[in-house]
Amino acid sequence: MLTDLVGVIGCVFAPAVKRGNPVAVDVKIPTVLRAQADGQASVSVDGETVGQVFDSLIAKFPGIKPNLIGDDGGMHKFVNVYVNDDDIRYLEKLETKLEAGDTVTILPAVAGGAI
Amino acid sequence: MELRLTDTQYATIIGNCYDGLPNEACGLLLGPMTGRMSGGVPTGVVSEARPCVNADASARTYTVAPKNMLQAMRAAEAAGTEIVGVWHSHTHTDPFPSPTDVRTAVDPSWMYVIVSLKHGAPQLRAYTIANEIITEIPVAILAR
Repeated sequence: MLTDLVGVIGCVFAPAVKRGNPVAVDVKIPTVLRAQADGQASVSVDGETVGQVFDSLIAKFPGIKPNLIGDDGGMHKFVNVYVNDDDIRYLEKLETKLEAGDTVTILPAVAGGAI
Repeated sequence: MELRLTDTQYATIIGNCYDGLPNEACGLLLGPMTGRMSGGVPTGVVSEARPCVNADASARTYTVAPKNMLQAMRAAEAAGTEIVGVWHSHTHTDPFPSPTDVRTAVDPSWMYVIVSLKHGAPQLRAYTIANEIITEIPVAILAR
């Protein structure tokens, strides 16, 4: 009886645990990649992590893959990715977890110089 | 295509290049594009010249601070425009794309503006860089 009660209380007051269900997030696509994304500036795809969102994006638009993923399987070095206001290089990179409503922004690295 | 800058935008760009000395300076151009659904092509009109931080803090290279890119992309989206180009300074060389500029040119539709501070007066030139082919585009400075 007491065990049952503890079980019930445990269920009611157990902290929310993320169950790993894919969440829908908006992905902002820079102009240079839109030709590979049917011209869209923003798409909604599912994924628990940035890596999974990339997988979903690539499944939808295979031509975008060489611009997102480097030869080593990691994030392409000429791409910066933000989740909301945070650069994922300073979070968990492709393993960065996402929540419903997050915005993933893909940005080209813009560089050059006199040499 | 012709790059059309207002005199205020021109002053912003040149001022930013001098402010950045001894390092290279950089910034982003926002403006309208045509044919956005197919990737878009700048019209040449600039709605905003946004100075950015050179994350390299170098006299020989520049990298637009990623946070500035994010801010510019959001500003463009809010204004119904796009990022249509980038400027940077060459502190001791001519206003012509270097091999690094060509190799790292990120968007073939963008206007690449280079300001040379090599001589007494600043020299501003603009180009497109597509498939490693450099094409100079004319620049008009418009009184506002």
